[in-house]
Amino acid sequence: MDNHAIDSHLNFYETKRGLFSWIFTLDHKRIALLYLYSISLFFLVGVALGFLMRLELFSPGGQVMDPRTYNQVFTFHGVIMIFLVIIPSIPAVFGNFFLPIMIGTDDVALPRLNLFSWWLYIFGALMALGTLMFGNGPADTGWTFYAPYSVTSDTNVSMLLLAAFILGFSSILTGLNFIVTIHRLRAPQMPWFRMPLFAWGLYATAWIQLLATPIVGITLLMVVMERTFGIGLFDPSLGGDPILYQHLFWIYSHPVVYVMILPAMGIVSEVIPTSAQRTIFGYKAIALSSMAIAFLGYFVWGHHMFTSGMSDQARVVFSFITFLVAIPTAIKVFNWIATLYKGSIYITPNLLWSTAFIFNFLIGGLTGLINGALAADVHVHDTTYIVAHFHYTMFGGTIFVFLGALHYWFPKIWGRMYNQKLAYWALGLTFVGFNILYGAMLTVGVKGMPRRYYDYLPQFEFLNKVATVGSWILIIGILLMIYNLIRSARKGEIAPRNPWNGVTLEWQVPSPPPLHNFDRPFILSEKGPYDFSLLEKINEVEQKPLDH
Amino acid sequence: MGYFKVPISGHNRDDEGSKLGMWLFLFTEILLFGGLFLVYAIYRFQYFEEFRIIAEHMDITLGAANTVILITSSLTVALSITAMKKDQDNIAVLLLFVTIALALGFMVNKFFEWNEHIHHGLVMGADVFNNLQHGEGMFLFLYYFMTGLHGLHVVVGAIILAVVIAKIINGKITKDNFSLHENGGLYWHLVDLIWIYLFPLFYLLH
Repeated sequence: MDNHAIDSHLNFYETKRGLFSWIFTLDHKRIALLYLYSISLFFLVGVALGFLMRLELFSPGGQVMDPRTYNQVFTFHGVIMIFLVIIPSIPAVFGNFFLPIMIGTDDVALPRLNLFSWWLYIFGALMALGTLMFGNGPADTGWTFYAPYSVTSDTNVSMLLLAAFILGFSSILTGLNFIVTIHRLRAPQMPWFRMPLFAWGLYATAWIQLLATPIVGITLLMVVMERTFGIGLFDPSLGGDPILYQHLFWIYSHPVVYVMILPAMGIVSEVIPTSAQRTIFGYKAIALSSMAIAFLGYFVWGHHMFTSGMSDQARVVFSFITFLVAIPTAIKVFNWIATLYKGSIYITPNLLWSTAFIFNFLIGGLTGLINGALAADVHVHDTTYIVAHFHYTMFGGTIFVFLGALHYWFPKIWGRMYNQKLAYWALGLTFVGFNILYGAMLTVGVKGMPRRYYDYLPQFEFLNKVATVGSWILIIGILLMIYNLIRSARKGEIAPRNPWNGVTLEWQVPSPPPLHNFDRPFILSEKGPYDFSLLEKINEVEQKPLDH
Repeated sequence: MGYFKVPISGHNRDDEGSKLGMWLFLFTEILLFGGLFLVYAIYRFQYFEEFRIIAEHMDITLGAANTVILITSSLTVALSITAMKKDQDNIAVLLLFVTIALALGFMVNKFFEWNEHIHHGLVMGADVFNNLQHGEGMFLFLYYFMTGLHGLHVVVGAIILAVVIAKIINGKITKDNFSLHENGGLYWHLVDLIWIYLFPLFYLLH
């Protein structure tokens, strides 16, 4: 049976309809959208919890909740944002949607596994939400589940741990699927070093997902067992070793921050050449630096534990390797800037989201070097400085790129253009609010305010007020953006195939793409994925429909 | 009504691809157990004497019998794949049934073994257990955790092989299309492989 004999004048929304055609679909584009809608929902929940925390910290003393609730709120905020939003965000949404198109094929290698991993995600999410209803309230341990408190807390930690285990499994299967897809389904004219850089980012990410997640999975199960049988694996009062838990946890959870950031860097490497209308500077360096970051990321977990008890030799080695991570990261940043230099830049919201990312990520990365230095870390560890550093990389980094990618690929996904004026306003508000919020947190952290504290000393009040006001601006920006995107997806101008004059394969298919992605042979250059001399030839397609 | 077929389609059958996927999955399984092996190594180092003493209670005969059973079952799975390649469906199905029977035998042995330990109070919560040294309790806990997780894999592997049998009988797995059969076999070998490490760690090291 030739399942390609489907009219490509119909886009992938139109070929089938109804709820079941979505939740049981094997089409990578629909699965991507299922992920997008579920992730967006949880993102808003996470934002709401963050808003409540900032409101609580507006003044010293209790404001809107009691201390126990506060602990539960920051735990739930962390679990939702890490396990339900950031880890799956870019790979599961944009990776699923665009990886097959960008490497010139019609689906991922294992479509049924792909659907299964979305179902696992939903199952894990429901379990996480279930902790709100079952047991003694949601966990209050912080998203890191540090022993011994995670062993002794009377809240429903076990269920949340099992949820995280299942979500990890879902993430493994997505990564596995991408590795097989990239190995087996690249177009014949696309050797490894002509793949778009987003595919390289996903490839590096997929290996981390595959090789790091099982360790945290089993570690979380060990905590569940410890809670059930009280055997003294990690609880020192029973003879266990809490530092062992930290090692096992960070062996996964440090590499996983590169799961969160590498695909984002891949997207920036797509947006910048398209906006500058020239080939990327240092293609191989960017591609290989992704692999280098993935590799180095395995050997730096100890930098989370500089103050919790390790030998000096181990600390020096971990600190040194942590500094090494900055090298491939800087290679990327310099290459992006070199690409923009003397390019014929089209300023669009897409590009500005990416440059906002570079700005935020520079702060996030450089503050990371301060944490990575042993002497400085002793001063700043466990302060809001760490929280702000982390949000500069994960929110200012990954989520900014995620939102930027929503704008960049918006015309391709929904077939309509968004309102650029509103998009600029939304970006501006988000960017300003973000920097006020986390800039204030960085500062107050250096002054000594501890993280995860419900109450604080009066001298921290001013900066905490600034941060809370920043969070309001940030939320207004995000809501404006969501309003703009939803409205534009329904009422925006009809988008052409190639609104931003890109040359990678997704700009050679209709917007939105047909079920099997391609309606005509695609054009690939021997000079790599960003050969803008092909642009004219690519854009001719719009006027000439393919006849059979 | 134009349509275009991409040169390399994700909808084509790709046996190499699914086998690659299976191998990658096996890596993750090894890492999953790897975390437990790591904890075992650390606590063995810390409680060397206690691990040695409590390990005397392990039934080497039953453990050795289970090792032989699993290695034999790996052989029968491999043979059934060869039979499938030679288009001898009946022999392939028969050998898979033998494999599942061996898996059942393994689980029955395991049941008697655990039962014996539980009977003697060597289980979490029992009075005897609570009076043990911490290292001894840790050994038993890891024993139940690791062999229990392994036993779960035996059950899952047997279910996969049962699905393979059903598909062979339905004619969905044939001489030219047996990647599921092969992947099921790969998974079964992993189950075997992990036991090969569990056996010396819990039964032989005194």
